[in-house]
Amino acid sequence: MITRNPGSWDFHGGIHRPDMKAMSAGRYLGKMPLPQRLVIPLQQHIGSLAEPLVSPGDRVFKGQTLARVTEYIGAPIHAPTSGTIVEISDQPVAHPSGLSAPCIVLEADGEDRWWDELPEPLPWFEEMDAALLRERIRWAGIVGLGGAAFPTSVKVNPGPDRKIQTLVINGAECEPYITCDDYLMRTEADRIVEGIRVLMHVVAADECLIGIEDNKPEAIAAMQKAVADSDLTTTRVVTVPTRYPMGGEKQLIKVLTGKEVPSHGIPAEIGVICLNVATTAAVTDAVMAGRPLLSRLVTVTGEGVNNPGNLEVPYGVMMADVIAFTGGYSDKAYKLILGGPMMGFTLQDDQVPVTKATNCLLVASREEAPDPDHALPCIRCGKCVEACPAQLLPQQLYWYARSKDLDKCQEYHLFDCIECGCCSWVCPSHIPLVQYYRFAKTETWAKEKERQAAEEAKRRHEARVERLERLERERKARLRKKKEALEKKTAGDAADPKKAAIDAAVKRAAERKAQKQSSEEPK
Amino acid sequence: MGIAILTLATLSALFGVLLGYASIRFKVEGDPIADQIDALLPQTQCGQCGYAGCRPYAEAIASGEAEINLCVPGGEPTMLAIADLLGKEPKPVEVDEGSQGVKKVAFIHEEECIGCTLCLQACPVDAIVGAAKQMHTVIVDQCTGCELCVAPCPVECIEMVPVKTTLGTWKWPYPDEHLLQKPEEQAS
Repeated sequence: MITRNPGSWDFHGGIHRPDMKAMSAGRYLGKMPLPQRLVIPLQQHIGSLAEPLVSPGDRVFKGQTLARVTEYIGAPIHAPTSGTIVEISDQPVAHPSGLSAPCIVLEADGEDRWWDELPEPLPWFEEMDAALLRERIRWAGIVGLGGAAFPTSVKVNPGPDRKIQTLVINGAECEPYITCDDYLMRTEADRIVEGIRVLMHVVAADECLIGIEDNKPEAIAAMQKAVADSDLTTTRVVTVPTRYPMGGEKQLIKVLTGKEVPSHGIPAEIGVICLNVATTAAVTDAVMAGRPLLSRLVTVTGEGVNNPGNLEVPYGVMMADVIAFTGGYSDKAYKLILGGPMMGFTLQDDQVPVTKATNCLLVASREEAPDPDHALPCIRCGKCVEACPAQLLPQQLYWYARSKDLDKCQEYHLFDCIECGCCSWVCPSHIPLVQYYRFAKTETWAKEKERQAAEEAKRRHEARVERLERLERERKARLRKKKEALEKKTAGDAADPKKAAIDAAVKRAAERKAQKQSSEEPK
Repeated sequence: MGIAILTLATLSALFGVLLGYASIRFKVEGDPIADQIDALLPQTQCGQCGYAGCRPYAEAIASGEAEINLCVPGGEPTMLAIADLLGKEPKPVEVDEGSQGVKKVAFIHEEECIGCTLCLQACPVDAIVGAAKQMHTVIVDQCTGCELCVAPCPVECIEMVPVKTTLGTWKWPYPDEHLLQKPEEQAS
């Protein structure tokens, strides 16, 4: 079934703010040269930590698998270049906590030599089974490159019972400042379209809708041309209005297809799979060239850098080096934000590596990212309710998160919050609403983990008590048996006729002996 | 007058039969209150409350023998939850300030372990593996941090170590309350 009038629907709420994209849009700063030392985190995705396959001292080649997946939701990590493994240890990573995490440290040899065991390209993918192609996507370590980094192989496996109607390709890029997807669509539309061909075959969708915000006319034109030149007949480029958060998965699906993703649900439940344009291009590389995901386009922008633009960066390169390569910090540099100004988080240190999830390094000036204003009491104006694209009640959630009433937060669908930041943006009292929701979310997860651990401990304790009781019972039963056997033995002595006969014989012999002695004595 | 007495007598007889039937038909096995209290306890099985484990303590609270503020690992949240459940007055929990908040698990210095199996017998959740004259080790994921294994060790090779925060267990902090000022404070 084909969607009629795609893009004619609307999502609730959202905000308009200056997109600030002109600074970096369409500007390409080249390919980041490989540094001497790469720090490659084992966790660059949602899911389980990858398990290292190499040890310090090993020589590795470009594209070689460094760490493998251990659970269904996960992604392998590959070597971005050839070189030697120096160490596997905890290194600072880009995370709001500022914590360190396990990383593989690779010293590049400068040869950049490809691994000779890379799998073969699959240009005949249309004759292949979708499961084999999913396996290839999994091998390539592809994750959602829009920033969330959810493993793509899991996403394109909706299960046999779910018929996928629409493949949505997300080129909305609604977050201000970021232009890497825009640049990719302008220059490599063919690569994206090739990926769409592969994905259409993998998920067996009826149609593909490419959603692009109307502030990117060059990208729309390039994508339209590429689609027209291809043999894809059910693929359409749909221009959507520029409004944050248009690029949110649920929002874009709503606008394009009119369908709403259910609460706590995933798009596959309503027959939709949504992937970012850069992810789609990475699928092309994996299938058509047999190459894993080794680098990505990163936007470096903001008033705090001298030369904003987009560049291709291999994973593991330090953010400080990336910024230095583009032309360094300007005098106005005040804050380094990973991601955009709405959903990104401030980094305390630029000595952390670029990962699969790094879409933008925003070096903001004091004016661009002012320090948070002092929050004032909530005046119940209801602006947050109007702005919330998930149609939640941010004000109620705020009360309950603030008073740490986690059960109530759940009742108000805390986990449907996409942390887009619209509510905080419109709040006239400058209340950091999203921070409260993030706090409540992680707190709820921790409580749930604690509860599970307590249940497990209870189960183990009960099993132990039962075992000890059983052992005690068995010991007592054994003792009783032994005792009974002994009693039987003593009691049986009298009853046994054979033994009695022997006893009688012994007695007779003793008597005879005594008689003999007594008869001999008088002599 | 006679009719009123007759009506009341009939009603009471009827309800008596109904209640009697219900008590047989809907009989509840075990003690549901103890189960509910047990579900609130942290299941560390540490015995710091003076009972042999979480279940015995829950039963003691249910029967009214024990106070509700004896659970040390559960701390104040657990006490409040029990008070809430039973409709009792909250009572302060006596805990050392320093030891609260950070979860600890047992760690066996394996080079010092003599393989005496005493800690194995002490662990309430079977979270230590080992055998006689073999090195013992703690299954970290299963350890409840009850510290019951520390005292029996004759060579003092068991140490309680704080659990490290990882990216997976890290929590967003509670937003800075100092930002939430009253307008007059801000003006000054």
